[in-house]
Amino acid sequence: MIVNVLFMFFSALLLGAGLMVITVQNPVKSALFLVLAFIAATGLWLLLTAEFLALILVLVYVGAVMTLFLFVVMTLNIDPASLRQPYLKFYIPLGLLFTALLGGLLIYALGHTQSPFIIYAQSMNPASTSNVTQLGTQLYTEYALPFEMTGVLLLIAIIAAISLSLFQPFSSKHQSIDAQINVRKADRLRTVK
Amino acid sequence: MMTLNAFLIVAAILFGLGMAGIVINRKNVIALLMSIELILLAVNTNLIAFSYYMNDIAGQIFVFFILAIAAAEAAIGLAILMVLYRTRGTINVGAMDTLKG
Repeated sequence: MIVNVLFMFFSALLLGAGLMVITVQNPVKSALFLVLAFIAATGLWLLLTAEFLALILVLVYVGAVMTLFLFVVMTLNIDPASLRQPYLKFYIPLGLLFTALLGGLLIYALGHTQSPFIIYAQSMNPASTSNVTQLGTQLYTEYALPFEMTGVLLLIAIIAAISLSLFQPFSSKHQSIDAQINVRKADRLRTVK
Repeated sequence: MMTLNAFLIVAAILFGLGMAGIVINRKNVIALLMSIELILLAVNTNLIAFSYYMNDIAGQIFVFFILAIAAAEAAIGLAILMVLYRTRGTINVGAMDTLKG
């Protein structure tokens, strides 16, 4: 019974936060609502006994990715008013129409499907093995090669992100420390006879 | 109440919200990235729900990989966003028309 209450609570929190993410104009508030959505999703994943992934969602997403988002949003100094769209009147009904169509189709399809999975609706974990043990056992045996390829992909992502942001464009104004230190008197001072 | 269909409906609505966010906030690159995160969250919730109700750990393995790749995608997307802002001074999608003939 308390499980149902928790499910309703986290689902409502998730959908409400998701709605705020796409409607709030201020990007900082939008990012913070996305954090709230992730935390609500963590609750749902815990209800589904995916403890490891729920904790990874909090650690990696809320801890790292959303911090990166907030850092970028605050670094860029965006004026939210400059991003207001002139075509908003046209696109909001279109977006709502697409959402209603997709959501309605999915909900209709789900309502008319016999779900053969309900009979398995037991806890996946016997008391002896934890979720982390199960996941790790599969990950390091059957999925060992994809796991290592994911590591290589993350390395490539690190190199790409650093090399993208390393080179300054010529238009940016910044100090050239070497030139300032190595300047000579003759460079700055011209004697007029 | 806490059935597979309930989880799938919640994830479907969340997916629709993410898609609507892409349509509504089509000028703001940061909002687009956050909408993509919402869509990925919906997909991951679907996979975990199937994993639980089919009693199969493979769904959670998929979510593990999706999380890793989504983190890489977010990092590179934000790096591109920084470079874009430094060179153009704006993150408005409408201003990215240099290739327009």
